[in-house]
Amino acid sequence: MSPHSITTHDHYLNAGYGPRSWLLTTDHKRIAILYMLSITFFFFVGGFFAFLMRLELLTPNGDLVSAETYNKLFSMHGITMVWFFLIPSIPSVLGNFLVPMMVGARDVAFPRLNLLSWYIYVVGGLFTLGAMIFGGVDTGWTFYTPFSSTYAHSNVIPVVIGIFILGFSSILTALNFIVTIHTMRAPGLTWFRLPLFIWAMYATSIILVLATPVLAITLAMLGVERIFGVGIFDPALGGDPLLFQHLFWFYSHPAVYIMILPAMGVVSELITCFARKKVFGYRFMAYSLLAIASVGFLVWGHHMFVSGQSAYAGMVFSALSFIVAVPSAVKVFNWAATLYKGTIAYHTPVLYGFGFIGLFTIGGLTGLFLATLALDVHVHDTYFVIAHFHYIMVGGAVMGYLGGIHYWWPKMTGRMYPEGWAKFAALVLFVGFNLTFFPQFILGYLGMPRRYHVYPPEFQVLNVLSTAGATILGIGYLIPFIYLIWSLRHGKNAGPNPWRSTGLEWRTPSPPPVHNFDEIPVVTTEPYTYVAEEEQRE
Amino acid sequence: MSENRALVAHQFDTAAQQRGAATLGMWIFLATEVLFFGGMLMAYTVYRVTEGEAFAHASRAQNILLGGINTAVLLTSSLTMALAVHAAQGGRRTRSVMMLASTMALGALFLGVKGVEYAEKFAEHLVPGVDFHWAGPDAGGAQIYFILYFLLTGFHALHLAIGIGVIAVLTARAARGRYSAAYSTPVEVAGLYWHFVDIVWIFLYPLIYLIRVYR
Repeated sequence: MSPHSITTHDHYLNAGYGPRSWLLTTDHKRIAILYMLSITFFFFVGGFFAFLMRLELLTPNGDLVSAETYNKLFSMHGITMVWFFLIPSIPSVLGNFLVPMMVGARDVAFPRLNLLSWYIYVVGGLFTLGAMIFGGVDTGWTFYTPFSSTYAHSNVIPVVIGIFILGFSSILTALNFIVTIHTMRAPGLTWFRLPLFIWAMYATSIILVLATPVLAITLAMLGVERIFGVGIFDPALGGDPLLFQHLFWFYSHPAVYIMILPAMGVVSELITCFARKKVFGYRFMAYSLLAIASVGFLVWGHHMFVSGQSAYAGMVFSALSFIVAVPSAVKVFNWAATLYKGTIAYHTPVLYGFGFIGLFTIGGLTGLFLATLALDVHVHDTYFVIAHFHYIMVGGAVMGYLGGIHYWWPKMTGRMYPEGWAKFAALVLFVGFNLTFFPQFILGYLGMPRRYHVYPPEFQVLNVLSTAGATILGIGYLIPFIYLIWSLRHGKNAGPNPWRSTGLEWRTPSPPPVHNFDEIPVVTTEPYTYVAEEEQRE
Repeated sequence: MSENRALVAHQFDTAAQQRGAATLGMWIFLATEVLFFGGMLMAYTVYRVTEGEAFAHASRAQNILLGGINTAVLLTSSLTMALAVHAAQGGRRTRSVMMLASTMALGALFLGVKGVEYAEKFAEHLVPGVDFHWAGPDAGGAQIYFILYFLLTGFHALHLAIGIGVIAVLTARAARGRYSAAYSTPVEVAGLYWHFVDIVWIFLYPLIYLIRVYR
C-alpha cells in the first residue's frame, strides 16, 4: 500500500473487489462511479468529433474532410454530447452519489432500477456508437424532417433507436430521485431544510419524466415514417414538418434545463460553502429552480421563429422566453449576494463556480438576443447560436460538473486532488473556453452560418482563434483527467470533511460506508449554517 | 416483527415507507406514460383538425361492434383487477389468484379481438406503408388516420401485453402465498398500471371508432 493509505474503515470501495462486485452492484455510489466512467468515455468521443471539426475550420476551404463527413461530424458531436454526456452528467454521476446521502438515506428508493438504468444507458450508448462507427448519421442532432425521415442515407434508424433506449435510463433515474426525495428524507429534514442541490435534482427530475417520453414517441413516429414511407411529418407524403419541430422542441428545450439546473444546484453548494455564508435568499433559490423547470416547458417555440409557425405564436414564445430569464437572474444575483462580504476561500471548486456564474450570465443574456423576434431572424442558424448554447452547456453545465467533481472528489475517493494543478487546469479551461467560443459570437453576428465545412476567407482569423482556443480547451480537459487518476493512489488523505461543509454527506467518513451513515442523522437546522458555525468556533 | 422486517428492503425504515415509495414511483411512471401517449394524441389532434372530413370517413371502416366488445372486456378486466387488489390486501389467496387470472384472461381476449380487427384491416388493404388502397376521397387524410390508428392501438396493445406479463408473475407469487394484509404492494402497484392502460383505451375508443357518431 502507498504511504498515504487511508483505508482503515470499511467503505463502499473496499466492500468487494472484482467485476461482479461492480457490475451487479445496487449501491448508488458504485453506480455513480460506473456512470462517471461511461460518460467520461462518451465525453472524449464527442470531443474527438469537435476536434476534427475545428481542425477542418482552420482554413476556409474544405481540405480535411468532405461536406458529407463534416455533416456527420457535427451530428455525432451533438448527439454524443447532448444525450450521452450532458443529460446524464450531473444527475447520473453526482446525483446518484449524493441524493441519498444528502437526504440522509441508505440508498435510493429503487436500487435495482438504478442499476438497470445504467445498463440501459450502456446498451443505448453502444447501439448509437456502433451506428456511428458503421456509417454515422448526418441529420444534425435535431433530426429535422423530412430530411431525416425521407432523404438522409445515413444510419438514422439505429441512432434513433439508441436514443430511444437511452430515454428509459433518464426516466428511471429521475423517477428514482423524485421518489427518494419525497419518501426517504432523514428525520427532521423538511423540504426547506434540503440543500439546493436536492432542489435542483428534483426540478431536473420533473423535467426528465415529463419531457423524455415526448421525445421517445416523436422519434418512434419519425422511425415509422422512415421505415414504412408513410406521411406523418413529410409534407410530400401529406404530413406536417412543423409538427415534428413542435414535438421535438417540446422535449429538447426543456432538455437545456435538464443540463443547466443540476449545474445551478452544484454551484449553489460551492458558493455557499467557500464563502462560509448561508446562501442568500434560500427559498427564492429553491422556487426559482421550480419556476425555470415549469416555465421552461412553455418556451420551445423560440427555436421555430423562422420555420413558419404563426407570428402570434412567435410573440407569445418570445415573451415567455423573456420571463424564464427572471428566475435565472434571481439565481445569479443571489449567488453574487452570497459572495458579498463572504470569507471566500479560493479553492478549485469555487473557481469553477465563479467561471460558471460569469459564463452562464453571458450565455443567458445572449439567449435574450435570440428570444427577440427581429434579432433572431438575423442571427438564426449562425455561429451566434452555437456560441450562445455552448456558453450555457459547456461554460455552464460542464463547468458546474467539473466544479462538483472537484468538490466531492474527496468524499467519493477519500483522496484530495492536487490543488495547484487543479487551479491551473481551471484557469486553462476558462481561457480556452472563451477563446473558442467568444469569436463565434462575432462570426455569427457577421453572418457565418452553422453546419458548413467551408466559409468565406474573411472569416478565417476568427476561426483560427476559435480553433486555437479549442486546442487549449482540449488540454484543459486532459489535465484533470490525468491528475484525478493520479490522486486515487497518491492524493492526500481527505478526512471526512475537508471543506468544513455543513452538508449531511460530509458527516460520514470518506469514502462513505456501504450504507452511507453508521447512524441515520437527525436534522435540526436549515442548511448552510456557516455563520453559526463560525461563531461557535470563536 | 422479524417476518415483516424481511419484507422491507434495506434502504427503507418501515413497510409503510416502502409502500409509499412504490406507489409514488408508479404514479410518476404513469405521468411519463401520459406524456408518451400525449405525443401521439397531439399528432391526432392536429390532423383531426386539418383532415377532419377524412378522419370521419376513415373511421367508418372501423368495426364498431368489435371495438365496443373490447371496451366492455377491458372495463371488466379493470373490475377483476380491483377485486384482485382487494383480495390480496385481505390476504385471501385463492380469490386473488382467481381474480388475477381473470384479469389476464380478459386482457388476452382484448388482444385477440384486436388481432381480428388488425386482420380485417389487412384484408381490406387499410395498412399504410404495407398495403393501402383507399377508394374514397381524401386518401392522404385517411392514410394519416390509419397510421395514427395503428400507432395508438399498437402501443396500447404493447402496454397491455406487458401488463399481462406482469400479472402472470404476480399470479404465480400470489399462488405461493406471497401477499398478505401486511404486504400486497406489488398487486396494488400493478393495479394502478392496469387501470391506466384501461383509461387510455377509454380515450382511444371514441377518438378512433365514434367519429361518425358525432357527425
